[in-house]
Amino acid sequence: MAADTVPVTGWGRTAPTTARLIRPRTYEEAAAAVRNCGVRGGIPRGLGRAYGDAAQNAGGSVLDMTGLDRIHTIDAGGGTVLCDAGVSLHRLMEVLLPLGWFVPVTPGTRFVTVGGAIGADIHGKNHHVSGSFTRHVLSLELLTADGEIHTVGHGTPLFEATAGGMGLTGVILTATIRLQPVETSLMRVATERATDLDDLMARLTATDHHHRYSVAWIDLLARGAATGRAVLTRGDHAPLESLGRRARARRDPLAFRTPRLPAAPAFLPQGLLSRTTVGLFNEFWYRKAPRARTGALQTIPAFFHPLDGVPHWNRVYGRGGFVQYQFVVGQGQEDTLRRIVNRISQRRCPSFLAVLKRFGDADPGWLSFPLPGWTLALDLPASLPGLGGFLDELDEEVAAAGGRVYLAKDSRLRPELLTAMYPRLDDFRALRAELDPRGVFMSDLARRLDL
Amino acid sequence: MKDAFGLPQSLLVLGGTSEIALATARRLIARRTRTVWLAGRSSPDLDAAARHLRDLGAEVHTVAFDALDPETHEAVLGKVFAEGDIDMVLLAFGILGDQAHDEREPVSAVRVAQTNYTGAVSAGLVSARALQDQGHGSLVVLSSVAGERVRRGNFIYGSSKAGLDAFAQGLGDALHGTGVHVMVVRPGFVRSRMTAGLEETPLATTVQAVAAAVEQGLRRRSETVWVPGRLRVVMSALRHLPRGVFRRLPV
Repeated sequence: MAADTVPVTGWGRTAPTTARLIRPRTYEEAAAAVRNCGVRGGIPRGLGRAYGDAAQNAGGSVLDMTGLDRIHTIDAGGGTVLCDAGVSLHRLMEVLLPLGWFVPVTPGTRFVTVGGAIGADIHGKNHHVSGSFTRHVLSLELLTADGEIHTVGHGTPLFEATAGGMGLTGVILTATIRLQPVETSLMRVATERATDLDDLMARLTATDHHHRYSVAWIDLLARGAATGRAVLTRGDHAPLESLGRRARARRDPLAFRTPRLPAAPAFLPQGLLSRTTVGLFNEFWYRKAPRARTGALQTIPAFFHPLDGVPHWNRVYGRGGFVQYQFVVGQGQEDTLRRIVNRISQRRCPSFLAVLKRFGDADPGWLSFPLPGWTLALDLPASLPGLGGFLDELDEEVAAAGGRVYLAKDSRLRPELLTAMYPRLDDFRALRAELDPRGVFMSDLARRLDL
Repeated sequence: MKDAFGLPQSLLVLGGTSEIALATARRLIARRTRTVWLAGRSSPDLDAAARHLRDLGAEVHTVAFDALDPETHEAVLGKVFAEGDIDMVLLAFGILGDQAHDEREPVSAVRVAQTNYTGAVSAGLVSARALQDQGHGSLVVLSSVAGERVRRGNFIYGSSKAGLDAFAQGLGDALHGTGVHVMVVRPGFVRSRMTAGLEETPLATTVQAVAAAVEQGLRRRSETVWVPGRLRVVMSALRHLPRGVFRRLPV
């Protein structure tokens, strides 16, 4: 088993720490790696798309699980798949789409592993209909701190601790996932503009349930009456008959095409994304969107994963990296959301690709992020002066409104706020203390926030 | 653990009564720092500093540490690191000495060199190894512009800081890629107890400004920080002056 001591960061490229990177190729190797983690423990890592320090472990071991990437069985009739946790959603799409199946939930990138999707209990544009990823996981195999492998069924306490548990209950080895049937690999998309935040929330509340997928890109640099102006995109899997005369799509309706642009260069100067450039981009993006259009056909990558088209897009923030801030506040806390959006826009934070979404019901994972309500996600350059203090103030607002920030994206939360944000944290800590008394599973996130 | 902005949760100050260090600690406690270790010679000043930081809400421990006794550094600092991760070590001890007096009394001149340089070599190496075992952390070394180009007026202090500065740079290169970040801070004339009664040089600064520069350097993961920043330009010019000219400068 190869083991190298290397610097590791999350997708945001902040706070690098070094760890022994181990890449198990078999379950036995994974079990051996867990047993020999050493005093500073170990943490599983997938494709490193968590923005913060969730899959880092300073001075300890990091288990790169992408070596365990077999798809074991596909039940093409019933719509389930049993696969290793190191399989990416990209790979699942490649294999499953031609069979007429789609993953139940996909985030804004398909380059995440099944293990990471469960560990962070990810959500997608269909949360208001389908809930989070782990709702569709029927069972999983978990390698725990004692080096044993347990089958964990949906609904058990260990399952609910593992769903969103950030890899701290054990190493997920395999999972059985329920799939979504599709007739084509295209999306039928409706686009409309919202002139301000209230208009946006009204539109989302009124018509979200008409579509399986729904999300709004929001211009956080717009000020005054235009504060919170947005472009809504809603979509559904296109049924076969909607393809019409598009001959090419007709011939192979389930083809999975993934265009890719050249990767972002390794060294880009800091400050490319400034108020000016982001402001111009946002203006362009808003103007370019149709006021109202329905029935447009888009590919899955174009609809779900536009950023995946540019490998290493996180490099555009330069050496200093960036911070993604994602929070949720419950239904009825619209005032908090308004206040936060106003503060961000008044501060002129250069955030492009900010996204607002309305969540459906909360998910059962103890540390699962979603709550029924509003979630806003934005990217900001870490080098922005005073950003740390500003986000701390937003945290206070979020916590006071009974909301929370997303651990898979966090790299800077004040630990004191965590118990208020995650009421089941004590249960999680208790389960960990019992299951893993020696603290074998440990990450920088867990150290920072005392999970 | 440090957060995305390089702010530490735990801080070890070597030279626990240093005004710059305490100003830095205050600043960091206001943000993320919860645990502070103040290492220094036991004294009422050290206890007072600890009390003061405790009032700001931090959990503060003091530990007896003598820069002039390098044999004890391993044991003393080892105990601190055994209590839990240290996200940032601030190497802040140092004495100015009295140039005129020290020139007449070589023994006290050597004491300046031993405190500022050899003491820091030992404490720096011990801390660096512990940080390396953790796989993360920042070692912030308080150097001085006095070491950048040594002046007639304070060459004993200046030479000790020159040694410290060179040592810290080399250590930073040695630790590159290990997850440990070494940052050399070069303040100009800092108005403080240490410099009370001395004539100010141009671009004099304050302990608060140094603390702010340290926080910014942590965020940027800088390797060298000048306070004020303009000193970098000034010193790079001074560095290239011929000896004959430099000697005659009124600084």
